[in-house]
Amino acid sequence: MILASLRRKLSANVAGGLATALIAGSFVASVLLFMGFDPTSGGRTVKLLDWIDVGGMQIPLALRIDALSLTMMLIVTGIGSLIHLYSIGYMHDDERAPTFFAQLNLFSFAMLMLVMGSNFLITFIGWEGVGLCSYLLIGFWYKTPEYNYAARKAFVMNRIGDVGVVLAMVLLFQRFGTLEYASIMDMASGVNDPLLIAATLFLFIGATGKSAQIPLFTWLPDAMAGPTPVSALIHAATMVTAGIFLTVRSSVLFELAPFTKDIILWIGTATALLAASIGLFQNDIKKVLAYSTVSQLGYMFVALGLGSYSAAMFHVTTHAFFKALLFLGAGSVIHALGGEQDIRKMGGLKGHIKITYFTFLVGTAAIAGLPLLSGFFSKDLILAFAFQRSPVIFGLLLFGALLTTFYMFRLLFLVFYGTYRGKAHPHESPLTMTIPLMVLAVLSVVGGLLNLPHLFGGHEPMKHYLETAAAGIGYEHLELSALTEIILMGITTTLVGFVIYVAYGRFVKTTTLEGEEATMPVFKRLIAQRWRIDELYRALFEKPYAWLSTNLLAVAEKKVMVPLMNGVGDAAIRVGDVVRRVQTGNASFHLLAMLCGLILFLVITLMSN
Amino acid sequence: MLALFYLFAAISVISALVVVSARNPINSVIALIVCFLSIAGHYILLNAQFLAMVHVIVYTGAIMVLFLFVIMLLNLNKATEPMKSLATRIAAVTAGGLFFLTLAAAIRNGIQVQAANEFDAGVGLVRSVGHVLFTEFLLPFEVSSVLFLSAIIGVVMLAKKEKHQAEAPVEPLTEAERARRTA
Amino acid sequence: MEQGIITAIRTVPLDHYVLLSFLLFSIGVAGVVFRRNTIIILMCVELMLNSVNLLLTAFSAYHSDPRAQVFVFFIMLVAAAEVTVGLSILVMMKRNVDSVDVNQLNRLKG
Repeated sequence: MILASLRRKLSANVAGGLATALIAGSFVASVLLFMGFDPTSGGRTVKLLDWIDVGGMQIPLALRIDALSLTMMLIVTGIGSLIHLYSIGYMHDDERAPTFFAQLNLFSFAMLMLVMGSNFLITFIGWEGVGLCSYLLIGFWYKTPEYNYAARKAFVMNRIGDVGVVLAMVLLFQRFGTLEYASIMDMASGVNDPLLIAATLFLFIGATGKSAQIPLFTWLPDAMAGPTPVSALIHAATMVTAGIFLTVRSSVLFELAPFTKDIILWIGTATALLAASIGLFQNDIKKVLAYSTVSQLGYMFVALGLGSYSAAMFHVTTHAFFKALLFLGAGSVIHALGGEQDIRKMGGLKGHIKITYFTFLVGTAAIAGLPLLSGFFSKDLILAFAFQRSPVIFGLLLFGALLTTFYMFRLLFLVFYGTYRGKAHPHESPLTMTIPLMVLAVLSVVGGLLNLPHLFGGHEPMKHYLETAAAGIGYEHLELSALTEIILMGITTTLVGFVIYVAYGRFVKTTTLEGEEATMPVFKRLIAQRWRIDELYRALFEKPYAWLSTNLLAVAEKKVMVPLMNGVGDAAIRVGDVVRRVQTGNASFHLLAMLCGLILFLVITLMSN
Repeated sequence: MLALFYLFAAISVISALVVVSARNPINSVIALIVCFLSIAGHYILLNAQFLAMVHVIVYTGAIMVLFLFVIMLLNLNKATEPMKSLATRIAAVTAGGLFFLTLAAAIRNGIQVQAANEFDAGVGLVRSVGHVLFTEFLLPFEVSSVLFLSAIIGVVMLAKKEKHQAEAPVEPLTEAERARRTA
Repeated sequence: MEQGIITAIRTVPLDHYVLLSFLLFSIGVAGVVFRRNTIIILMCVELMLNSVNLLLTAFSAYHSDPRAQVFVFFIMLVAAAEVTVGLSILVMMKRNVDSVDVNQLNRLKG
């Protein structure tokens, strides 16, 4: 199960093959484990060794195998294997490919630690590990300063979230005296404590960092600087879901803190809408997908906020399928065009790269939620829960879904339809890249079957499976009549179809291209400039910080600290000059001094008696 | 008995003072021997005959002879020692006196002793001391032989003449060296 | 006979022995500070050791416990070893600085 992260310098293909074989091996192991796992047993903890045993704190290095971690393991290793395979083709020209594969494997290992840990601390190790790997991988092409900046931004944003997790861990440890999930969940049920609200809020802050929610979402689009397989693996399929995983893991705690759930709900909604609106006007193929990821993560958090953990996990799974597919498809397009990422310079690729086109089409349809594809089921489940809670949220989310549909089809049409506007000669990607695409396409189509709702004759198997691991799932109820559900689905589907038609008219028939930002109307420009959130953060945090640093340097450092430090040094020298005379080197003098001390000590002892 | 005690006590204190104050080291050594002998007398008063014997043999017989040897071989039998400054001497005497006063003050209320064992006239005899030494304290006794071995090795290392010094021999030193080896 | 020994020993109060050994010890301490001749300093150290021996023996007799006398025995062993090492250092010192004055040994001066 434990992946060895090999850092040997092998040729690119050998390293890639080895890495792929390793992760595929762990996928097979996961599948075997899945087969042999009995969900009714409720999970098993494998203790490897006692790691920390200090005073009252006992933290074993233990792994927990249950329905939830198995689901995540299957996603991580399964999609990870496909992406590794894809990377062999994608990275074969890069001279640092072995390093790339080593980092990719390290990432997988950290992610597995994260999902398999039996206590918060082990999860946190994996949590930090994936943060580090994402930093390394985003900045993989470190020769470009912008990429380094993006990597650093991702790292810093993640750190902010990490602090939240640490604080949550401290609070939980203080309250429960342990960090084991199972014990905390046992003890927590029925507890009504404001501390829980604080702890869950801190956990949520951690989740916003890792899963790119407001206010910490700006790193994700920038993280597209990394190689495309990285974007697919980290920023679509696995790492960003870590926050959701953590929330589901501690679902019992969140159930006891309704306040936190409300906050999650609203932040999720806001993120979904904001990111979707930004996605409308992006011209970089990967940025569009990045904002769409942020938006979809928003949906997952909405589901969490609604207390529908199974819907969130369901969407995590289907999203992993189709978003990995889309990213890899985008990578294939970029590869075909020799590194071009601007969709204004694409178009008409349908005929040149057929496999990529077809699989991309499937992915787009799935994310848009066309009926019977995987995205349709998972998104509709969330929408149904939202409707049950409040029609307003439903409306907002529906609007977000329509935006998603619009920009995804805009992307599709601009890239694959119309006439080719670029210069490079497009060519189809090698087989190692197209095979994962095809596998993922199939998964995107049939992924919905994993949790087929009653309406379509299913039994929501995933929900029941997960119920054994995350107690919070037991609380969720969807009490809408079949008719309401059908109506809701009908509304959604009709509107989605309408939006696709609009997009078709706008981008295929006439091929409307966005001009420069300066020529846009004000509101549109604001959106195109990503609501100027980066600028806002810069003004809010960077500027005062820089101002503070400068002033501290001028005043505190030069006027206070430097003289103080020099003064301490000078004082030490002067004192030394004086005290040095005591050290005569004369043995009897030292003895005399010792004697005096002894006498003094005895006298004091006598006096005190 | 009390009279004997005071006699031995007076002898030991006076000879100890002579040890400290005599200008010639030979006199100091002689005074110290006297002092040790009087302490041996105390041991006999305390019915510790074995200790008294060992004491006389080890201290007066071995250690003090060693002192005498070194003094003679190093040509130290002259009152050549420069005295310390007056302030140091006064300080030394004061400190010693104060130290004694402090210690004496510690027992100003007298010392009560609860005898741990029934009185046994044979406590200080070879039989009882030897029995304890070779049963209860066998290991320390053996370890002390290791201590002696290391002391011997250390002394040989220290006193061995180094090679570069052999080229420019100083007369008293060669003498000392030869004597030390024969001893 | 035995009773005679008991009275013989116990005639002298324990305090007297304690005071005597304190006195000898103090003289030894003062001597170490007082003198500059290293060999005399070594002898003063011997004096201090002996005062402790006397103390131990006195308590041993008053407690009727032979173990204290074993400790005296060990102290003698250590003293013998110490004297040999000390005297050899003295020989070294005489050879190296041609003096037995402790004030010559001030290399530790800061």
